[in-house]
Amino acid sequence: MRFSVHVEVRLREGIADPEGATVERALPTLGFPGVSGVRVGKSIRFELEAPDEDAARAEVEDMCRRFLANPVIEDAVVSLEPTAAAPPA
Amino acid sequence: MSARIGVVLFPGSNCEQDVVEAVVGLGAHAEVLWHRDEDLKGCDAVVIPGGFAHGDYLRPGAIARFSPVMAAVDRFARGGGPVVGICNGFQVLTEAGLLPGALQKNAGLKFLCAPAEVRVETSDSVLTRGIEPGRILRIPVNHFEGNYTCDERTLAELRDEDRVVLRYLENPNGSVDDIAGVCNEQRNVVGLMPHPERACHPLLGSSDGVPMVRALLASASNP
Repeated sequence: MRFSVHVEVRLREGIADPEGATVERALPTLGFPGVSGVRVGKSIRFELEAPDEDAARAEVEDMCRRFLANPVIEDAVVSLEPTAAAPPA
Repeated sequence: MSARIGVVLFPGSNCEQDVVEAVVGLGAHAEVLWHRDEDLKGCDAVVIPGGFAHGDYLRPGAIARFSPVMAAVDRFARGGGPVVGICNGFQVLTEAGLLPGALQKNAGLKFLCAPAEVRVETSDSVLTRGIEPGRILRIPVNHFEGNYTCDERTLAELRDEDRVVLRYLENPNGSVDDIAGVCNEQRNVVGLMPHPERACHPLLGSSDGVPMVRALLASASNP
């Protein structure tokens, strides 16, 4: 089976986010008051071939742990769904 | 025989020649190790220099840690060999799990390039052996992601075990507890954001890096 995978890498709660803080300070100057809690993260998308959904998820979680996220400061949120179409020939 | 210092070169490293210059200037031998090398060519100590290994893609050090040379560095470090990571090299060592914590984007999001005053906190590390604790050194910093971060338990461990090697007098980047450099439990692996190799000659504005490079050479000759 082929899966479309989305990994959202975000800073763990309690870890300061200087990028988010800067964006948050900039928004009111552009006329967007009332914004709080801005966090900036990363979005990683790819396709994966795996026997089933559990196997796909296990593999992606392993990737996150070993490579895609730094567990010291980041969390990874995985979402995946089977791709409808057959892979291109 | 003079000590033989390996300097790891990744695609994107840019401080390796500064390290070579500093090491050779103090009478030791420097050997540049390519990141694909699978052994350390008999070096007595290893420096992972600054720069942007593998473009800093994904995160600084995230890809560099999988370069073949890092398996050899890991074995060498776990066997007690002296290993020092400077700036990007510090980031690589945290990603590789040889040092605790992580280096985050600087508070204030400024790329910093300036002299910094740091205090030597312990003389019990391969980079500060023979330097009296409390000594202030003026060493340049040059980084965007130098904001040292770790959880509270790790921080308590670092403090209790006297493993904070250097602290900034004026914290430039938001690092927790003003930390500029730390060492591992065995004290043979040190990571620091400031660049001692760039402060090894009066012409460079400071020669305060000399005692650190000298300490590394001494550790290499007599681990």
